[in-house]
Amino acid sequence: MSLLGVFEIAGSAMTAQSQRLNVVASNLANADSITSSNGRPYRAKQVVFSELAFGGATGSGVKVTGVIEDSSPGKQVYDPKHPLADAQGYVAMPNVSVVEEMVNMISAARAYQNNVEMLNTAKALMLKTLTIGQ
Amino acid sequence: MLIRTLDYTHKLAMIESLDKLFQFHQNALNVRAFRQQLLASNIANADTPGYKARDIDFAAALRDATSGRAVSAVSLRASSDSHLGGATRDEPAAVLYRSAQQPSIDGNTVDMDVERNRFAENAVHYDANLTFLNSQIKLLLAALQG
Repeated sequence: MSLLGVFEIAGSAMTAQSQRLNVVASNLANADSITSSNGRPYRAKQVVFSELAFGGATGSGVKVTGVIEDSSPGKQVYDPKHPLADAQGYVAMPNVSVVEEMVNMISAARAYQNNVEMLNTAKALMLKTLTIGQ
Repeated sequence: MLIRTLDYTHKLAMIESLDKLFQFHQNALNVRAFRQQLLASNIANADTPGYKARDIDFAAALRDATSGRAVSAVSLRASSDSHLGGATRDEPAAVLYRSAQQPSIDGNTVDMDVERNRFAENAVHYDANLTFLNSQIKLLLAALQG
């Protein structure tokens, strides 16, 4: 049944969007982490989506090809009393933009919803197809 | 009893006419399902950089399907009758790119409103097709049962 491809497509997109949501959660949780295991402030991460062609299905799904680190510079906060402050009294903060991450989160959630809706439609159509002639 | 008196060619003719009766709906459902998959992949790739939204010309695809022509992506030229056809997957229609109204800066041309609209419209058409097919089957059964 040709409609089965919709399940694969929507499923791959849901996996990709949930991974994006995971990265957003990590970024938001670490928005104030000024040190990490390597001693440097946390750097924001972003997922990279790309098209995923299926063998059997007609359309194409989505896959996450990688998680990259945001290269934008972090904020420098002047706080000479801080134990991690440098010689000039500045503390390097993570380069997480909370506003951007919130927008990213909403976008991922909406995309996920879209895919769920799509799956439900395809499922309803398939179930109706199975009742032909009854 | 009636079936037993019919010879083979009669039976074949009957099956063929039944086949012809449902052929159109089968083709239409196939093309609709194909399109549903394309639209699903458009919605799934709404955030993929560089993805171009795709669709088919439904009327042309149905015309091709009912006339028995399937569009294959690549076809091999055969200069002899004994040549085998290429092992390409036959698709019910030529896939076209949608002309973008508001392309985004990353090269993605998926417009979510358009795609959702088309997806819902296609689903309703698929549903309508099933309803027509079902009513045709019911009619046939009523005629058979008297």
